[in-house]
Order: sequence, then C-alpha cells, then structure tokens
Amino acid sequence: MQSIGIFKLDPVIKTILHTIIFLSVWSGLWAKTITVCPDCTHKTLKQGIAAAQAGDTVLVRKGTYKEHDIVIDKPLTLVGENYPVIDGELKGEIITITSDHVTVDGLFIINVGTSYTTDYAAVRVKRSNHFVIKNLVLEKLFFGIYLEKARDGLVYHNKIIGDAVEEYNSGNGIQLWYSHNVRIEKNIVQHVRDGIYLEFSDDCSITENVSTENVRYGLHFMFSNRDIYENNTFEKNGAGVAVMFSKEIKMYNNHFRENWGSASYGMLLKEINDAEIKGNTFAENTIGINIEGSNRVVYHNNDFLNNGWAIKVRGACYTNSFTENNFMHNSFDISYNSKVNDNVFDRNYWSNYTGYDLNKDGVGDVPYRPVKLFSYVVNRTPETIILLRSLFIDILDFSEKVSPVFTPDNLVDENPMTKRILW
Amino acid sequence: MVNIIDLHKSFGKNVVLSGVDLNTDQGGIYAILGPNGSGKTTLIKSILGMVLPKKGTIEVLGENIKIDSAYRNHIDYLPQIANFPNNIKVKELIRMIKDLRGAKNTNEENLIRRFQLEPFLNKKLGNLSGGTKQKVNIVLTFMFDRPLIILDEPTTGLDPIALIQLKELIRIEKDKGKTILITSHIMSFVEEISDEIVFLLEGTIYFKGTIAALKEKTEQPNFEHAIASILSKHHA
Amino acid sequence: MLKILKYSFFDLMRSRWSYVYLLFYLLLGIVLLFLNNDLSKAIITLMNVIIVLIPLIGTVFGIMYHYNSTEFTQLLLAQPLKRSTIFLGQYLGVALSLSLSLVIGLGIPFAFYGLFYSDAIWDFSLLLVTGAFLTLIFVALAFNIALSNENKIKGFGYAILMWLFLAVIYDGLFLMSLVFFEDYPLDKASLIGSMLNPIDLSRILILLKLDISALLGYTGAVFKSFFGTNLGLFLSLGCLVLWVILPVWRLIYVSKRKDF
Repeated sequence: MQSIGIFKLDPVIKTILHTIIFLSVWSGLWAKTITVCPDCTHKTLKQGIAAAQAGDTVLVRKGTYKEHDIVIDKPLTLVGENYPVIDGELKGEIITITSDHVTVDGLFIINVGTSYTTDYAAVRVKRSNHFVIKNLVLEKLFFGIYLEKARDGLVYHNKIIGDAVEEYNSGNGIQLWYSHNVRIEKNIVQHVRDGIYLEFSDDCSITENVSTENVRYGLHFMFSNRDIYENNTFEKNGAGVAVMFSKEIKMYNNHFRENWGSASYGMLLKEINDAEIKGNTFAENTIGINIEGSNRVVYHNNDFLNNGWAIKVRGACYTNSFTENNFMHNSFDISYNSKVNDNVFDRNYWSNYTGYDLNKDGVGDVPYRPVKLFSYVVNRTPETIILLRSLFIDILDFSEKVSPVFTPDNLVDENPMTKRILW
Repeated sequence: MVNIIDLHKSFGKNVVLSGVDLNTDQGGIYAILGPNGSGKTTLIKSILGMVLPKKGTIEVLGENIKIDSAYRNHIDYLPQIANFPNNIKVKELIRMIKDLRGAKNTNEENLIRRFQLEPFLNKKLGNLSGGTKQKVNIVLTFMFDRPLIILDEPTTGLDPIALIQLKELIRIEKDKGKTILITSHIMSFVEEISDEIVFLLEGTIYFKGTIAALKEKTEQPNFEHAIASILSKHHA
Repeated sequence: MLKILKYSFFDLMRSRWSYVYLLFYLLLGIVLLFLNNDLSKAIITLMNVIIVLIPLIGTVFGIMYHYNSTEFTQLLLAQPLKRSTIFLGQYLGVALSLSLSLVIGLGIPFAFYGLFYSDAIWDFSLLLVTGAFLTLIFVALAFNIALSNENKIKGFGYAILMWLFLAVIYDGLFLMSLVFFEDYPLDKASLIGSMLNPIDLSRILILLKLDISALLGYTGAVFKSFFGTNLGLFLSLGCLVLWVILPVWRLIYVSKRKDF
C-alpha cells in the first residue's frame, strides 16, 4: 500500500482505492511470482520478500533456509512448495507479519529461539488484519503462531508439534492476545504449554482442532468474550481445558477425553457467566467439569462417561441448569462442597439410577439424588477414595439418600430418564 | 505285629492315655476292653495315626508310624460310626475306596453275597438303614486282604444273621494268620471270638491275657462278672 | 490328591446345593442383563454384587462341606493317604466346583448375550478371575475355621462373623481411622490397609478397571505409582495369591497336628 500511502487522500476515497487495488491484487492482475530457492537469484526468503511488490507471491522451493527475523511488511502471499524448511537455528523469532493481507502457506518451520524475556514465535502477526496462516508445520518451537492485536484472520490446518516438558520454559501453540474475530480451524497442536490460548480476544471461533498431550491446557480462555468453540478434541492434556473470567462463550460438540491427574479436568470453568455448553462429550477425565463461580450456564445434551467426577461444583455457582445430559458410569456424578443449591437438574439420564418407571413414560417415578455422601468424605479425606464401591460405603450412601444430612436436600433430579438420551 | 511303648495322650487337660505299653504277636484276636472313656478308641486311632500321641512310639509291622503313612496299607480299619457321603451309591463307594487304596485284588463279591447286599448296590448311601450301612462298612474293611485288621464296635446295628456272618468272617481271617484288634461292648461277642483281652483302665493297661487268666485273677467263674468285678473293685 | 479332589468334586456336583448355586448365578446373570440391557453395565453391577456374595457363599459352603463330611474324612484318614492330600483334595474339590458354578452360571447368559463379540470380555474375565480368587480364599478360610472348631454352631458363627467383618466392619473401621488420622500422610497406610483384606483387594482390582479416572485425582506419589502403572495390578494379584497360600498352608499345618 506504500505506493498509495504517499498521497494525502480523503479517508473514504482511500478506502475505496484500497479495496479496488486489493481486489485487483487478489485476482492476480498486477501480481507477479518471485521464486526463492537455493540456486535461484533469490536465495533466501528475506531476499525474495525484499524483491517483491505488494500483492506479489513469493514461492519458496524445497530446500533448507537458515533464517530468522523474517519480516513481512507488505501484503504478500508466501507459499512453500513441497514444504521447504525454515530453520531459525534457535536464534529468535522466525516470521513476523506486520502488514495486513498476508498469507503464509505450506512451510516447515523449525528451531524457534527460546527466551525467558521475549516470547519468540514461529509466526507472529502484529497489529494486522486479514491474514491467513495455513498448512504450516511447526516443530521445535517456543511459541507457535502468535496473534498480537491482530484481527479478522484465519489460522487453518496447521500442525504444531512441540516438545514441552515444563510449564515455565515452554510456550503456547496458538496464542491470541487482544485479537478479535479470528477463525482457528482444523489445526493439530501437541506437546506445547497451552494448545490454544486466548487472552482478551473476543468473537473468535475455534473449530475442529485437535489439541492433545499439552503440558497445561488444551485450550485456555482468559478475559475473552462471545467466543465459540465447537467440534474440537481435547485429549490427555495436563489439566484439560480452562475457561476463565469470560462471558457468553459457546461450547458445542467438543470431545474432552482422558485428562488425568490431581489438578486435571475435562473442563475448568472459573468466573464464567452466560455460557452455553451443549453436545459435548466428557469421557474418562478425573473431573469432567470443574465449576467455580459460574452463573447462568446452560448444560444441555452433554455426555459424561466414565469420569472420576462428572461435575464438581466448588461454591458460588448460581442459576445454572443441567438438562437432558447423560451421566454414565462415573465414579461420582456430582460433587458439591456446600449445602446450598441454586442449580437445576432435570430430565437427565443417570446410569446409577436404581428407581423404576411403572407407567413406562421413560421418566423414573422416584427422584434421583446425584450427590453421594461419600463424595463429601473423599473431599475431606482424599485417601478414602480407596474405599470406593465398598459395601460399607454403599450402606452409608443409602442412609444418606433416605434422610439427607450433609447433601443439599433440594439437589435432586425430579425426572430422571430411564434410557440414555439421544439427540 | 503292633508294638506300643509308653504311649501318652491327653485332650486338653483330660488325660486319656498315660503310659500304655502293648505288644501283640502275629496272629490272634485281641479284644480291647474298658469302661466308657477309658481310651479304647483313642488307642485304636493312635495306631491308625488319626490321633497324634503326646509321647511314646508306635510300631506297626516293625515300622515307626510317625515316619510314613504307607504302613496303613497293611491295615484294614472298620470305623465306629459308618456315615458316608450321602449322595453316592454303594457300588461307587466300593469302587472309590478301592481306587483310593490303589488295590486290585479284592474279594468284595464274596462279601456282598455273604451280607446279601446285592439289592442295595445301586442305592445311595443316604437312603440306607444303619444296619445296612454297617454291612457296607464291613465289606469295605474286609475286601482288602491285609495282615492287620482293626474293628471299632463292629456289631453295631447288625441283625442276628449278619452277626453270625461277621463272626464267621473274623474266624476265617484269623485262620489266615491275621492279627485282629476289636473293641466291643457286647461281652458275649468278645468272649466268643477273642483270644486275648486287653483291659484299659484310667489310661493304662490294667490287664492283658486270656479270658481264662482274667477269670482266674478276678476269681469269677463268668466273663461278664469278671469284668464287672474289676470295675467295681476299682471304684470302691 | 487328585483322586480325593475328583471324589469331592463329583460328590459336590451331585449335591443339590451346587445346583442351587449354579441356578442362582444363572438367574443373577439373566436378570441383570434383562434389567440393564447393556453388557458393560451388567458387568459393573455384577462386580459390586460379587465381591460381597462370593465370599459369603464360599464361607458358608466351605464350612458346611467340612462339617458334613466329617465321617467321610474319618474314613479317608484311615486309608493310606497323607493328611495334606486329604484336606488339600477336599479343599480344591469345593473351591473348584464353586468356581465352576460361577463360570458356567454367569458365562452362559453373558455368552448368549454376545459377550465374545464385545469389548466387555476383558472386564468379564477380570470379574471371573476375581471371583475365582475370592472363592479360593474364602473356602480356605472357612476350612481353617471348621478345622479349629469341633463345635458346628460355633464354627458356623465364627465363619459368618469373619465374613461380616471382612465385608463390612473392616471398611467401617478403615474409614474411621482414615478420617481420624487425616492430618497425616495416609496413602501408604490406606494401600496397606486394603492389602490386608481380600475383599478390599478384589475391590481394588475392580477400581483399577472402572474408576481409574477418579483414583488418579489423588495427589499422593505412592497412590500415583500404584494406580498409574501396572504396579497396582501386579501387587494386588500377588497379594491375592498370598491370601490363598497362607490359609492353605495353615490348613495343612493344622491338619497335620490335629487329632481326629
């Protein structure tokens, strides 16, 4: 845009021109392709980018390019052919995008520098919009794709494989910081600190990503509102997925699996209001959902399968509703740490339900109490977990069921379903 | 045949045998007698190794019984109460005992005929009368041809015909040169068949010898009175 | 020993109690499958039932068999057989026929329900292995009690008390002591406590299968290595084997020194 930028133009006309030029660039009218390869005139990416005009395509042929601090400061398409290797030699950041309308596609980027003071990334988008980052493979990285005050972009089909072991010296796979309206789709993120991290980032959508075996969280929200994430898979992460201090998040059809450990959850909700959690599957997690200080959250049509605790409620959670979920084979369905309950449980299926349905309408005739006395005992003395499924504990739970003393007496599902709910 | 030296046995505080010495020759019928609780059954069970002595040694056919259970191959034993597994047939029981002892040459057919047990062979033991069970018990004992026979109250529940058959059977075995130890409460039976009396009293052998010698010692013309006189003298 | 085993086994196979037991398991399997309509759920229910019931049945059966066969035992004792042979044979006869009833009784309904085509087969095998172990252990314990008590009523009473203690009371005391000493590190103590009770041991085997997610929620390092690796499985199985060996060893020891 620099060629136009030298004229002083009325902002409206500037925008129109801007669009016209951009559309032309997009259709390839004025665009040319600059090829970079070890035997070409342009032997490095930096040379290629320097030689390119706004709107050009820089084509990187197969080969290894030992470069870092590559700055893309004009609207370009940087495309790799057969995955050329960009080796940062652990010296620092590798690609920094400071211009709008940049596409980076098909590169194999390795050896990002690690630092305790600077968050070096494989690809950083800085204060830019309309970027597309796709088909990248990132390995041996610190931070992967770092969006800093960027907006209206797409991060698509990248594969980020870190080798993080500890939290303090590792970075996140995809990080958004003050970045709004970004789509993150079909990425695979493994072995980094947080798979996907959003901080102060609103109106983003996170779809069909697979985030597994990360040191901390598969997905992490902080102070981000109105985001939606759906059809993602989060598996075997150190602590699962954390959604904190955010409003109006929609969480649909995600899979949370095998997040095992003492501080591990399928999902952690902390200070979350007005969220919708629908159609998700929480399977084999130590805790399916851990809820703290979250209000007006709707839980509908979720599967909770074989978790240690399907839902653990730790205080200050009001007006949440749990309807038509399946709670199957969890060691504990619901755990509460207070006697007060202001949440609604209705028409869920509980595999631990032992009541009957005489009129055969699919709804059990006896209400179900999902909180067991034993879960209180375990909260207090964790070692007692070893007595789970003991006859003595069953007797204890039964007597509590008959006359509740420790558990909130209004915490019941009045209409427990007798068959697994399908949707 | 059986050689017992200084045998002691007590159950808890109750001393049953206190220094029994007994030596039997090969061949002959020895009747072990004594009042109730005098230790007859304990003595027999000690010989069989079912009761473990506190002190003393027992030899059967020159073998110390502590060492090996194989000596029991030389013994036929008739236990006091004939109670068998209820849901097993007579035929099967006979086959089982034969199998357990690993014996081939047995004469159970003769014995079955002698005690007219043919109609019961396919019946379960639980459905038999006490007498019939005792007959089966006798068959099980005598069908093996072993040098030492121990009979604990063999006449229990037998009808007169069976009793006659039993006596005859014992005589036949004796004639083969076997040693037979018997306990019984039926004095006439003892008098009729036994060669020697072993009289137990308060855990020791009070008398050992022939019936004639016993009569002489007690100066009683009658065997039953002789026994009674020992008991009454002792209690006096 | 094999001969005694054979006869005890056939003797039991003829006894109507074996059939009652077999029928009970058949019914239990069918009813559970019918009510749950789901193999794995039926297996889970069964596991809860079995760790309490098998010990009870094993105890009652073992003690009944021992007292009922006193005369038969006497007959055997007079035969040229070793005592260890007689009692081991009888013990194995009872334990194996009970185990067989369990396998057949539960196996038939589950097999018809399509067990072999389902993932639940491993859970089911674990269930049967645990059941067999519990049978072996509790029949051995019952034989021990019977051997040490001539008085049938007393022996029966002790046996039932033992079952009640191991199935319920032990866990109650265990729970109370854990809560009482909650300020101390307890993970080792709680594991050792479970090893000392065969019912708890079997329960742990089942927990390893069903509740691993919950167990890994606890922070203790000992817990973690126990439940997080195969250590727990092998240690529990090893302890179960010990729980069979020790009572059987005592059975032989006592039987050698007992008067009949």
